Amino acid sequence: MAKFARKGKNKMPAISTASLPDIVFMLLFFFMVSTTLRETELFVRTKLPEASEVTKLEKKSLVSYIYIGPPARQYQGLFGTDSRIQLNDSFKTLIDIRDFISSEREAMSEQDRAYLQTSLKVDQETRMGIVTDVKQELRKASALKISYAAKRPVHEH
Amino acid sequence: MADIAFLLLIFFLVTTTMNVDTGLARMLPPMPESQDKTEQDVKQRNIFTVLINKSDRLLVEGRPMDVNMLREKTKEFIANPNNDPDLPEKDVIDVDFFGTVEVAKGVISLQNDRGTSYSMYMQVQNELVAAYNELRNEIARTKFGKYYNDLTEDQQKAIQRIYPLRISEAEPKSVGGKN
Repeated sequence: MAKFARKGKNKMPAISTASLPDIVFMLLFFFMVSTTLRETELFVRTKLPEASEVTKLEKKSLVSYIYIGPPARQYQGLFGTDSRIQLNDSFKTLIDIRDFISSEREAMSEQDRAYLQTSLKVDQETRMGIVTDVKQELRKASALKISYAAKRPVHEH
Repeated sequence: MADIAFLLLIFFLVTTTMNVDTGLARMLPPMPESQDKTEQDVKQRNIFTVLINKSDRLLVEGRPMDVNMLREKTKEFIANPNNDPDLPEKDVIDVDFFGTVEVAKGVISLQNDRGTSYSMYMQVQNELVAAYNELRNEIARTKFGKYYNDLTEDQQKAIQRIYPLRISEAEPKSVGGKN
């Protein structure tokens, strides 16, 4: 009897690995659900301003994005720190906006084209000059539905 | 074990927020067809001018103002509750659910400089939209006992006719020098 008892005391029971697949699957599901796929890499910093009256953008497939902000640190040597425009995945200038809008339009189905919305993701420290220029270009391209991207402030309510 | 796994799963599902795109939606005015400017004749009392200069200072109706005051002032302008002769004129129109209502003809004219910072611009935009939203909510509460966002589409349209969102952004001007 005593022999048995001692044997049990010395040996640590092995940790059961039966639940490992559960945990792995759980993590997998968690990451699958919570990650949003970003189709473009951001070259500019866009720290969005806060606004309490923001509304959700209804249909993401109808939205095209224009990013305006100072270039990210690794590009500052090349492009400086002044705010620049990013369309899709490269730095662009004002002239390219019209082409961008028309190519976005072309990619949409016929009946959706009228509902094209442009979301301006502008860094909060940007000066309005470049934003005004972009807005003028959008008017010329008759992409009139715009949305100033902003975050809902956390402290309210 | 399975219980713990599910518990964790549910915990994460509840606590993670997917980042949704939010923003202030706006319509830009269409580009004028001809080159010559068509200056619309609007009476002075019907315009509420908001100017932001390059050092982010506000000038509202010719007087400097703090951003915190803007919402109240805008609400007063849009609704003109006391029929002040300096505030916008009113039209009488027929609106569903409400019958004949007096609707003010005010237009907010927002002008900024090229040097204005975007965060200031958004603050002002936000205050202007907030003024409209508050008025719409007030009338929705008194008439239907609900918030504006909880109303049906027809009811929202009726309120939109009473308080139409009229913010005009003037043609860009550069006064403050370097952008």
